[in-house]
Amino acid sequence: MVDNSTSQVIHLDHVRKQYGSFTAVEDANFTIGRGEFFAMLGPSGCGKTTTLKMIAGFEQPTSGSVFLEGVDVSTVPPYKRNVNTVFQQYALFPHMSVADNIAFGPRSKKLSESEVKKRVGDMLDVVRLAEFADRRPSQLSGGQQQRVALARALVNYPSALLLDEPLAALDLKLREAMQIELKRIQREVEITFVFVTHDQGEALTMSDRIAVMSQGVVEQIGTPVDIYKKPESLFVAGFIGSANLLPSTVSQFDAAGGTVVLNGGGTVTVGRDNVASDVTWATGEEVTIMLRPEHLHVTVERPAGDALQAEVTDVVFQGSAVRLVLQLDNGTEVTAIVGGDADLPFLRPGAAVWLSWLATSPYVLDGWPDLAGATTTNLESIEAAL
Amino acid sequence: MSAAFSKRQKAGQRLVNVAAGAALLYIFIPIFVIVLFSFNEPKGKYNIKWQNFTLKNWAHPFVEKELTSALWVSLRIALIATVVSTILGTLIALSLSRYKFKASGAVNLFLILPLTAPEIVLGSSLATLFLNRSVGFGYVTIIIAHIMFQISFVAVTVRARIRGFDWTLEQAAQDLGATPSRAFWKVTFPLILPGIMAAALLSFALSVDDFIITFFNAGSLVTFPLQIFGASRVKISPQINVLASILLFTSIGLMAGAMILGRRRERRHAGTLSR
Repeated sequence: MVDNSTSQVIHLDHVRKQYGSFTAVEDANFTIGRGEFFAMLGPSGCGKTTTLKMIAGFEQPTSGSVFLEGVDVSTVPPYKRNVNTVFQQYALFPHMSVADNIAFGPRSKKLSESEVKKRVGDMLDVVRLAEFADRRPSQLSGGQQQRVALARALVNYPSALLLDEPLAALDLKLREAMQIELKRIQREVEITFVFVTHDQGEALTMSDRIAVMSQGVVEQIGTPVDIYKKPESLFVAGFIGSANLLPSTVSQFDAAGGTVVLNGGGTVTVGRDNVASDVTWATGEEVTIMLRPEHLHVTVERPAGDALQAEVTDVVFQGSAVRLVLQLDNGTEVTAIVGGDADLPFLRPGAAVWLSWLATSPYVLDGWPDLAGATTTNLESIEAAL
Repeated sequence: MSAAFSKRQKAGQRLVNVAAGAALLYIFIPIFVIVLFSFNEPKGKYNIKWQNFTLKNWAHPFVEKELTSALWVSLRIALIATVVSTILGTLIALSLSRYKFKASGAVNLFLILPLTAPEIVLGSSLATLFLNRSVGFGYVTIIIAHIMFQISFVAVTVRARIRGFDWTLEQAAQDLGATPSRAFWKVTFPLILPGIMAAALLSFALSVDDFIITFFNAGSLVTFPLQIFGASRVKISPQINVLASILLFTSIGLMAGAMILGRRRERRHAGTLSR
């Protein structure tokens, strides 16, 4: 079904955007395929929205080119580009009914009124809002407005649909429902979705591929699994999910793997597969061991193999799991997640425990992090789970 | 304690109502008197003392020839000046609220100058300018003078009404394939139209009403306020009250009409695709 010659819908060719002396986007160079659900993920100010605006045509690249369906559209105005946007605050026309909002696109393209009517009807069915056709946007709930915005943007059958933080204005329950709804709609219309978000959970849940951005630079592009399991930089490791980043020094590393020594004590054995790239580190080089909280095993007795001693400082019950905050001997704070059904009476603040992991769990990254220990980017979801 | 508190609260509430009522009376009594005295049958030339109720004045509103023609002069001037100043003022308001440009601060300052400068200064200096350039006084000079202060008024009023307008709506329209001009006419314009209409109605009233600036730039042309002022020394006829009342009711009617029309259009819009 996918024709290889036309499978590239969007291509950014070394795109750079500069505002005065501030570089918003630095050398963005990637391709988005037909029918893909592609996320641009990063903290606010990372350049993801600027990149989206350059695809939509509201901003022009300072250098480099934007290709749509193989055509350079860098200087083509938005109304001549076959992409449509779902705006963050929806930007629905308040003086028009739901049906007229959706009809605006096809009418602008001067389609016949019978064709307009047919398309609007189809779209209302796709977003399941047929009975609301005559309502004003102000008479709809946030979730319904969101679906009108989607229908309005999809009705032109664009090459790609651009979504700018589309779920940010919704409350948590609705957001989760809309995530599933968006996926359903995307499968139904088979249109490429390019999705901007700062919520890594959202990106992991919905996307086929994710571009992680930081300070204008695309740090990594990959599938959610790749990005979570094989981050290519400390930023990605810390931003996606939560991670324990432990600065270490290589004691020996070769083609078969090796061992590193944690700053402050303790050794970790690392396999060849558990590294970001094909490099071989020399003895004494600065690296970081990443251990995901769910990969840490907590025991009272010292287990066989690599293990670290720690003291429990906080126990947070999260329903399906228990989140432990622990302090290593060297003072570094780490977190571990253990099953919520486990009867673990020894897990109370002050308890001395051992942390261990499977040989495949530790992952080695270049350099030392700014902050050692547990990353706190996941605070939002911790709070939500509480 | 809570009972005492609520008692005091009630007393306070009453006081607020009384004060509000008094303020409204203060505003409406003069208007009420104007309308009331249009039904008076004055003895002598001055319609200033209540005598008898009559409908005679309303049966012959245009009996005072000079007064009537002065009213037509004023309405004609107001219509032209309002159309021109509404278009120009709206364009100024749009550019000021939409774009940040280097001179926008200066434009802002100059914009309120005609509103804050004493009318006597504006009127006399404009008259000097016309005399200097040997422009003959009449319709043209009055219309130019009115447009001058109306533009500022419209621009300031419209800008206040479109502050907080969501410009991403225009982006959304363009994103959906509308050219910039279609985006403006189909999305921006309908949404800011009520603000423009309100500004136009008010500035129309300002034009009909203006005395000082008009006085300096009218030459031999007599507008409604000039006629009333000139005639008041020899005669105050009840037709003045009748015509003033007609103006009053017309402007109230226009505003009510605009509101009803707006609502009906909304309802019609809502149904365009359902049939």
